[in-house]
Amino acid sequence: MYKHIVTLLKKDLLLELRQQYTFYGVLLYVASTIFVLYLSLEQPETNVWNGLFWMIQLFICVNAVAKSFLQETKGRMLYFYSIAGPVQFIIAKLLYNMIIMLLMSGISLLLFQLLLGNPLIHFWQFAGIVCLGSISLSIVFTMLAAIAAKAQQQASLMAIMGFPIIIPQLLLLMRISKAGLGEVFKESALSDMVWLLTGLNGLVMIMAVILFPFLWKD
Amino acid sequence: MKLSWWKILCIVLLSYVLFAGFLMAVPRKAILNETIRNIYFHVPMWFGMMTICGCSVYHSILFLRKPDMLTDIKATSYAATGMLYGVLGIVTGAIWANYTWGKPWSNDIKQIGSAIALLIYAAYFVLRNSITDIDKRARVGAVYNIFAFVMLLPALWIIPRMMESLHPGGMGNPGADPRDMDARMRMIFWPAAVPGFILLGLWISSLTIRIRKIEDKNLLHA
Repeated sequence: MYKHIVTLLKKDLLLELRQQYTFYGVLLYVASTIFVLYLSLEQPETNVWNGLFWMIQLFICVNAVAKSFLQETKGRMLYFYSIAGPVQFIIAKLLYNMIIMLLMSGISLLLFQLLLGNPLIHFWQFAGIVCLGSISLSIVFTMLAAIAAKAQQQASLMAIMGFPIIIPQLLLLMRISKAGLGEVFKESALSDMVWLLTGLNGLVMIMAVILFPFLWKD
Repeated sequence: MKLSWWKILCIVLLSYVLFAGFLMAVPRKAILNETIRNIYFHVPMWFGMMTICGCSVYHSILFLRKPDMLTDIKATSYAATGMLYGVLGIVTGAIWANYTWGKPWSNDIKQIGSAIALLIYAAYFVLRNSITDIDKRARVGAVYNIFAFVMLLPALWIIPRMMESLHPGGMGNPGADPRDMDARMRMIFWPAAVPGFILLGLWISSLTIRIRKIEDKNLLHA
């Protein structure tokens, strides 16, 4: 089982390295949206900066993750059925999307600092929260992309299904990321929220592993 | 006309809620005044919604374990009634908030949570309509229903306990704490209003299920 996951993950990463379609596509998306933000706002105040940052993360995630299921053609899916199980397949996809999203979040954090000003006071704390947030976003949207892949108009469905589900997590992330912007929290409040988010991530992963087998075969 | 015992119970309980709720004495409180009676109608909506959406998820799980069109019909009918209760909960809440908080919507964390719940269930129906194959629609819908319900729980049960809220009992226990309520009101709220509205929701769902059973007769016996 472990071997299958590694192979599937390696296949996705190799494809990515060879085609370099998703990576540069999303990279261009990140760069151009942040550039447009820079043109319209230049140096926004701290709260606006934080809100914009997470909204951009959300849209990057929808774009990056949606691709991972769209690129699998019917024939290729048929091939996966024959060589791997659904659990291995979804875990490999979750890991792959996590890697892509962590990379994109890192890049957008740097670009935000470069173009929109640097309100961060505790950089590493903020970076840690960004990592946690990009993991949350990527796993929720991987699951939703798997569901949307079964329906028509996938891209718009992703947004319709995903945005309400992700709002609570996004609100929590915006809240705790203010720690990196210099806001002081009550002693246990910050760690409580971090644990809640981590727990939610675990929950989503378990749900994905349990529910994906039902989406697997037509 | 023949009614089973729980439907008669529902009628009795809800008529008691209507009469006692509007006529019996309530504590005089500043700002709240007579609007306090709304607690018999607004809060049971959320109890009803959670119960009925729970029924919907239960049938979705049943469907995934053993595919059967009837369970799918039940899952969607319960979800539709749950959404109706959600809308009514928001509307009764907005009317209440208009008189006590000054405006119908103030981005309170629980208002946001309930709006999210409605959006999620609306997305559930959009998702179902976008799939033409009947079996696939039922299966994918069931998966989303379960996933969304589980994601909804932290939004409604955990996060409101961590943030400030205009609702009473915030920070700690956002639910209706039985000890906080006036004894006279407790006698209407817990034994009559909550179970009464839950039963009404089940009754409405059972009617929709029966209508759907007639409409989709060909599917069920195929």
